[in-house]
Amino acid sequence: MKRENIKVAILRIEGTNCEEESYLAFKRLGADAEKIHLKQLLGNGINPDERRELEDYHMIMIPGGFSAGDYVRAGILFAARLKSAFKEQLIDFADSGKPILGVCNGFQVLVEMGFLPAFDREITDIPQAALTTNDSNKFECRPSLLSVEDNTKCVFTRKFKKGEKVLFPSAHAEGKFLVKDDDHLEKLKDDGQIVFRYTTPNGTRPGYPWNPNGSLDDIAGICNPQGNVLGLMPHPERVFYDFTDPDWTRKKRSENRGDGKLLFESVLEYVEDEF
Amino acid sequence: MVVVEVKIELKKGVADPEGMNTKKALNLLGWDVNDVKSGKLYEIDFGEDVTEEEALEEVELMCKRILSNPVIQTYQISIEG
Repeated sequence: MKRENIKVAILRIEGTNCEEESYLAFKRLGADAEKIHLKQLLGNGINPDERRELEDYHMIMIPGGFSAGDYVRAGILFAARLKSAFKEQLIDFADSGKPILGVCNGFQVLVEMGFLPAFDREITDIPQAALTTNDSNKFECRPSLLSVEDNTKCVFTRKFKKGEKVLFPSAHAEGKFLVKDDDHLEKLKDDGQIVFRYTTPNGTRPGYPWNPNGSLDDIAGICNPQGNVLGLMPHPERVFYDFTDPDWTRKKRSENRGDGKLLFESVLEYVEDEF
Repeated sequence: MVVVEVKIELKKGVADPEGMNTKKALNLLGWDVNDVKSGKLYEIDFGEDVTEEEALEEVELMCKRILSNPVIQTYQISIEG
């Protein structure tokens, strides 16, 4: 499939606030991205020409923000609304191999929807992981150094090198990733679902603030067992260009490429090849 | 009228930074407290046409699917009376 024909849906509801840079990341790479409000999928109270269908898209991204005011728990209300209307459609979407990306609040939504971690490929009604309040009890807003733990299974990291360090900005108050016990953590490791971990410049185990939230096993991002659904807390779309990297003058790269750009290139190449 | 109260708490062993920070603030203001735990309280009004048993059954499902995340939280359900 040609790049310009790849239709990307950036889903939003009230409180979503990272849709513009997410949209631009795909747009700048030549994909046909579109910001879509949930209402446009539900079809109530909108003009007929604004109506959209999920199945017309090749990829979904749930961007960051504070959807529905982060009430009850971050992401749960957006998750509940999506699931109430489009559960089967979204399951089919993911099963067909089409990519779904959740960044920050989007990661929280995917976890609350049961699309992540989706142990044994099963999407459960009851969440099997949690993104809970940072250990600092503060909104943590700073660049996070991440190591790429997987570049084979996950379709979003194929163009990265395994073990490569990338700098994505974190900006969240509820990013501490937890699963219910050690067995589930082992399962994540065994199935190669851990895609990004927080790290330090010399690669040692990160304490605070390199691990900004106290995440279990320094986990920053995970994918589903099939590798086409990814959720991560830090924001790759905020480092699309070199000059939005806080260290860009020291890094002196030959081209204007921020660390996050490669994630979007990876997934678009995957869609080009597969569909 | 059936009103059900739901109390959401963090599981034992899950860090409670909100509680810890509240304790710190109370200590600073001179209250000598040992521990503070944070949680949430919901009051759910079912109106007149539902029995208590039905309401409790529904709320159990709500807790599992929306109001709590079993990885980190527990819930207690009681009828307001």
